[in-house]
Amino acid sequence: MSLNRRNFLASSAALAGASMLPRVAMAADTIKLGSILDTSGIFDAYGKPMDMAMRLAVGEINAAGGLLGKQVEVVAYDTQSDMALYSQYGQQLARQDRVDVVHGGILSASREAIRQTMRKTKTPYFYNVLYEGGVCDRNIFINGVTPAQQVEALVPHAMGKSGKKVYILAADYNYGQITARWIQKFVADNGGETVGVDFFPLDVSDFGSTIAKIQSAGPDLVIAPLVGGAHLSFFRQWAAAGMNDRIPLASTTLGVGNEHKVLTAEEGNGIMVAYNYSQELDTPANTAFKDRWAAAYGDSGAINELAVSNYQGVMTWAEAVRQAGSMDRDALIASMESGLSIDGPAGKITVDPKTHHAVLDVHIMEMENQGMKVIETLAQRQPIDTQAVCDLSAKPNDNTQYEINI
Amino acid sequence: MPRSLSKDAITTILVTAILIWVMPLLTSTYTLTVLIVYGMLGLSLGLIWGFGGILCFGQAAFFGLGAYTYAIAAINIGESTVPMVLAVLVPAVFAALLGAMMFYGRLNDVYLGVITLVVTLILFKFINSTAGPQYMIGNARLGGFNGIPGFQTLNIPGHPDDYIWGDSYFYVCAVLLGVVFFLVSALLRSSFGRIAVGIRENETRMSLMGYDVRARKTVLFAAGAAIAGLAGALFANWAEIVTPSLFSLGQSAEIIIWCIVGGLGTRLGPILGAAGLAYLKFLLGQQTLIDNTLITGLILVLFVLFLPKGIVPALASLWKVSFGRRPKERIHLQRRMKSRGRING
Amino acid sequence: MDLIVVILVEMLYAVASLILISAGLAVVFGMMKVINLAHGEFMMLGGYATITAVNLGVNIFLAMLIIAPIVVGLIGLITERLVIRHLYGRLVDTMLATWGLSLFFIGLATMIFGNTTTGISTPIPGFTIGNYQINGYNFFIIVVAGLLLIGMLTILKSTRAGLIARGAMQRSDMAAALGYSPDRIYMATFFCGSALSGLAGAVLAPLVGLVPTSGGAYIAKSFITVIAGGPSLIAGLFTSAGFFGIVNQVFTFAISPVIGEVALLVAAVVLLRLLPQGITAKFFKGKL
Repeated sequence: MSLNRRNFLASSAALAGASMLPRVAMAADTIKLGSILDTSGIFDAYGKPMDMAMRLAVGEINAAGGLLGKQVEVVAYDTQSDMALYSQYGQQLARQDRVDVVHGGILSASREAIRQTMRKTKTPYFYNVLYEGGVCDRNIFINGVTPAQQVEALVPHAMGKSGKKVYILAADYNYGQITARWIQKFVADNGGETVGVDFFPLDVSDFGSTIAKIQSAGPDLVIAPLVGGAHLSFFRQWAAAGMNDRIPLASTTLGVGNEHKVLTAEEGNGIMVAYNYSQELDTPANTAFKDRWAAAYGDSGAINELAVSNYQGVMTWAEAVRQAGSMDRDALIASMESGLSIDGPAGKITVDPKTHHAVLDVHIMEMENQGMKVIETLAQRQPIDTQAVCDLSAKPNDNTQYEINI
Repeated sequence: MPRSLSKDAITTILVTAILIWVMPLLTSTYTLTVLIVYGMLGLSLGLIWGFGGILCFGQAAFFGLGAYTYAIAAINIGESTVPMVLAVLVPAVFAALLGAMMFYGRLNDVYLGVITLVVTLILFKFINSTAGPQYMIGNARLGGFNGIPGFQTLNIPGHPDDYIWGDSYFYVCAVLLGVVFFLVSALLRSSFGRIAVGIRENETRMSLMGYDVRARKTVLFAAGAAIAGLAGALFANWAEIVTPSLFSLGQSAEIIIWCIVGGLGTRLGPILGAAGLAYLKFLLGQQTLIDNTLITGLILVLFVLFLPKGIVPALASLWKVSFGRRPKERIHLQRRMKSRGRING
Repeated sequence: MDLIVVILVEMLYAVASLILISAGLAVVFGMMKVINLAHGEFMMLGGYATITAVNLGVNIFLAMLIIAPIVVGLIGLITERLVIRHLYGRLVDTMLATWGLSLFFIGLATMIFGNTTTGISTPIPGFTIGNYQINGYNFFIIVVAGLLLIGMLTILKSTRAGLIARGAMQRSDMAAALGYSPDRIYMATFFCGSALSGLAGAVLAPLVGLVPTSGGAYIAKSFITVIAGGPSLIAGLFTSAGFFGIVNQVFTFAISPVIGEVALLVAAVVLLRLLPQGITAKFFKGKL
């Protein structure tokens, strides 16, 4: 907070004339970490905990003596859930503030809005969110789970508990479309059959007719990668129709923004999910992390998948800087590509040198009393979807987001 | 008449030149570019609403259409000249068709607002649900909610590899805004513009005088859409990505606010309103003390209550009070605007 | 056969929810010619009022049907006194001011309640029709919407307040000449309109995840319904909600929910092109 206010004052003062000063004047006595997140507007349920996690991580790094003997300074901007502001602040971070690294971006659209700017200005960029996979760019590091990592684990488990006929309800955008294709693939691979696929734009909140449609198709299992507040209504209306006792549900997104705490226990119980992190993860690392979070913010309730991803992203970057011993971009990338790994609250995270994605633990979980009970842990899953299309060691100049053909 | 038009031209050139020189000293050209683009967008609505009396709730539709047309054409063609032209023409043609449908159906004020709002919503919903791979136009995936990134940005005509970006892009946008501003001034000084204002004042009377009100409103509507389309294409080049939020109601409403805050019935007001408010939004994003939406809302309410004419007319009358001597014709005009009260009110 | 019954229920539900979300706006627009763009946010506030009351241990029906309308009605009253009353007769200005208010309320709700999705679960269990399970709460909404229409009709037709309201609606100057202060009538109307918006938000709250920006989803639909309805308050509301609800559900079942929404919007464009003053300017003329 105070950092942010100082920034605001500093930049307003800077507006008066600093831009006329020669840029060299800013001596690098701190390391600047740029953060760009939606901490207001419709996506702030994701952005706020991520911002808290980033500040927690930076605080811990500084308390331990900083990096390379320098303190880390946060330069944060609130993009107000407006994609145009991502372009604007991205430029500001890279060209004016001259930050050493940028962490942030939530939606894929926001990442694509700033990725090229970071690449052009050679500012290392960390995108710490689960997403649809396929980005292949030497300047970016991504540590969120991708659909194949989740779906490969979730589908066999869920089908084993229910049956072979699967109905898919997905959010109608890039992530949902791609995830739905992966679900179809793994359903077929496990000897099942997809009886229906429906896509919903993010603002649809009335699912009455859909629930009737699902019943006429009569599936054994419904997999619902639905996203955001409006789509939460589906789970509520599903329970209100009494369907939660009849057909089991699975999801690859529910709970990422702590949605399971909004649903009542009766509405949520039994929904199957697969993620990298759960608050109910019973490891010393997670317990310690929750304590530190509670010490900083009073209550650890806000921690979610994305917050932990962001925390782990900052920590991975810090570890790479320590190993590289300099702030040089190429040295940083080289140390990231050296098979670097850290132990975060969600377990071990290893950077995959070929794709700049993450090798991580995936936990299959079931909702129980507004928590996510860990059923099974699959250690160190590879990002197989991105690996199928992207090899940065062979093609270091690649700069595309591949759509994976299944 | 020609003399005042040439005076307009000289003033426009002088002011544009001074601003191009002074503004980059105050803040980065990258931010300035988008303020200019928004200024142009504000002007597009200022023209049709302030001078034509057409309250369009869907100006964002033309803005978005321009941006998407540019992006799609640029991916397919790989050179930016033709896409720029298309980005002006497509929204203009679309607006001409929509306008013809509305004005020949004698739709007015609030009903017109609803139709433009609904059309915007339809476009928004359509673009938003095109995430699937089946939605292709040529080589361009529409991309749904995530929009279209990675298209060819503005280049020197005929040289696809010589990009115009950074400071030079700012100068291009600033000059284009100057040109558009001058064209709008010329339009308003022509008989077409004067009749348009007449239609705003009293539609029945103008039609009884033998003017084809419907055709004239349609043409004016299309002209506004063309400017919005150009702004959209410039925006696409600036952001290097187009997303459905360009079509959103929030965007449409923002344009209306710019016009109101800046001042309706003036050419400068909407431009200043747009640039000022967009800059304010940019500044607000750098603080976290108060919720930004709350501040925007408060500004709007306070303006409607206490300064309903907007900043530019208020400043103009302040100027008039302080430095009394003004050309006779102006005072007469201002008095008339004052007594008329609010447009559509 | 079962499916047909289910589809019919869903259609009735769609119509009923359109009536609910438009009623508040229709009252304010019909009586005062004020388009309240903060209508969606009044609904959102109604939802939050309900959830807060339920979390404090109040019975859910009491919270939805009594507390939420009163709370939102009072908020509306304050708004009317502070802002709207200065703008009567200036259609565009009121739209802009209320739009500003809507942003203000979104910001306020974000600061108070945070932006995390909240909600309560439906108080009515699922319902079986043949092989199908449907949401029992749908029936509750249909009943509430029906009672609302009947209630409004009775009040306007057979009470003195209704008579005055109708009089002020047609000729406010005459009503004023007869000694009824338009200022007070408008104040009361705005209170009722806001209370109806609050009621709608409260009743729909158990079906959706509530966030401060939830109101935006309703405003366009209710705006379209009210304008397409035309000058008669109740007949207009009923016919246009009926028309749009049925169009929406037919296309939703036949194709997909997105096409259903788009069909509703296209229908609105066509309707307004054919009947530029709304349905009841041509049919049911002079009815309430």
